[in-house]
Amino acid sequence: MKNIAQIVCEHPFFEGLNSEFCDLMCGCARNVRFNPGEYLFHQGEDADYLYLVRHGQVALELAVPGKAPVSFQTLHDGDVVGVSWVLPPYHWASDARAMSLTRAIALDAHCLRKKCDEDPALGYAVMKRLLPILTSRLHATQMQILDVYGAPEQPQ
Amino acid sequence: MTSQDLWVPEPVRVLSRKQELESTWTLELEQVGKRSFLPGQFNMLYVFGVGEVPISLSGDTSLTESLVHTIRAVGPVSSQLAAMQPMAAVGLRGPFGTGWPMAAAEGSDLLLIAGGLGLAPLRPAIYHVLRNRERYGRVVLLYGTRSPDDILYRDQLEEWSRLPDFDVHITVDHAGSDWQGKVGVVPTLIPTLAFDPEDTVAMVCGPEIMMRFTASALRDAGVEDEAIYLSMERNMKCALGHCGHCQFGSTFVCKDGPVLPFSKVRGLLSLKEF
Ligand SMILES: Cc1cc2nc3c(=O)[nH]c(=O)nc-3n(C[C@H](O)[C@H](O)[C@H](O)COP(=O)(O)OP(=O)(O)OC[C@H]3O[C@@H](n4cnc5c(N)ncnc54)[C@H](O)[C@@H]3O)c2cc1C
Ligand code: FES
Repeated sequence: MKNIAQIVCEHPFFEGLNSEFCDLMCGCARNVRFNPGEYLFHQGEDADYLYLVRHGQVALELAVPGKAPVSFQTLHDGDVVGVSWVLPPYHWASDARAMSLTRAIALDAHCLRKKCDEDPALGYAVMKRLLPILTSRLHATQMQILDVYGAPEQPQ
Repeated sequence: MTSQDLWVPEPVRVLSRKQELESTWTLELEQVGKRSFLPGQFNMLYVFGVGEVPISLSGDTSLTESLVHTIRAVGPVSSQLAAMQPMAAVGLRGPFGTGWPMAAAEGSDLLLIAGGLGLAPLRPAIYHVLRNRERYGRVVLLYGTRSPDDILYRDQLEEWSRLPDFDVHITVDHAGSDWQGKVGVVPTLIPTLAFDPEDTVAMVCGPEIMMRFTASALRDAGVEDEAIYLSMERNMKCALGHCGHCQFGSTFVCKDGPVLPFSKVRGLLSLKEF
């Protein structure tokens, strides 16, 4: 059986991270599991964790007043759930619901932020891994906002 | 057909009409004169007294009895076409344009990537691949659309996803909590695939913005610009390379395209039509 250090260091998010930094990360990590339908977090709550998905599928959802929640992204094996832990005031920007049995590593955000603040090289290494995720989500959002598959506007 | 015939719409009958989505219909047209076509080509369909529009062939190239077109009603001509009932007459010119590089892609892995109605022009390529499966390496179909209700050819996609040697991934831009599949835009699926970028041909069809982001994700994954093919849409009139309506740069989409390598259209993708 793999120990938590192996699991954390082998997760795609930490690919290429040196072992010293990896060990530091492991001090903030614990295994978690969510049953189908269970929420990892809710919009507006304190963003206290960064989740590294090992297996499963998680839907990011937005509550729409008077309507059923709308899912705008699903995350799968090897993905990261939750980036709000890095942006003050550290509140989740959406809900996250496990669609299937989901096993993940939860990294404590207070611990993570403290270690990144104390060691800028570690902080930089973590940021370098987060930025491509944020950029790709920004591009995805642009495409979604443009509603590219929607019916073209009728000429006036 | 003689070259002169290509200017004159030939009347053909609608054989059948099937609703695919809220405003999208598939028409089966009678095949007069046994035209053959290549996956990726299009016909000019004329509604008498209304107008003529380019519509891709979306059926199987090996079936010679009829021609299949999937049409979304967006304006005057496409709405009238989509509403045509069996036995009604449509004017037809074609087929026109270059097809998907089916022969050149033999021996390679294939990434077939469609967005929304873009699955229609890719469907003949899928039929071709499935009929000649041994000629291609790994074959992956990525399909992205707006919501679960907007999935085109849903039954067929389910059928294809059950095939052992055909990998189908569907994603939607947004969904309710009853949807069990993936949510997110189609380019985000590319980094999750295991494929050899040096030996992969990608065929992409969808709205231009989707194709731009997809081509960029393919490049990031290491696929060469020359191995990425896009099906371009530009307003057309003659479809014969004469009127210049579909021209951008030195390229006439009607005769040099609609399927063009990304290396040729890279700088032009963001240009507005005129
Ligand atoms: C090579 C080629 C293949 C095509 N294949 C298909 C196909 O298989 N099925 C299909 O339904 N359509 C296809 N189209 C698009 C189709 O030709 C247009 O939707 C049609 O010309 C619209 O004509 P209209 O008179 O109904 O509407 P118009 O009055 O011309 O347009 C109505 C609205 O739709 C917008 N529009 C027009 N054309 C497009 C377009 N191509 N993409 C997005 N918005 C558009 C206009 O800007 C306007 O807002 C293809 C186009 C090309 C160039
Ligand atoms: S439509 Fe006339 S040149 Fe292409």
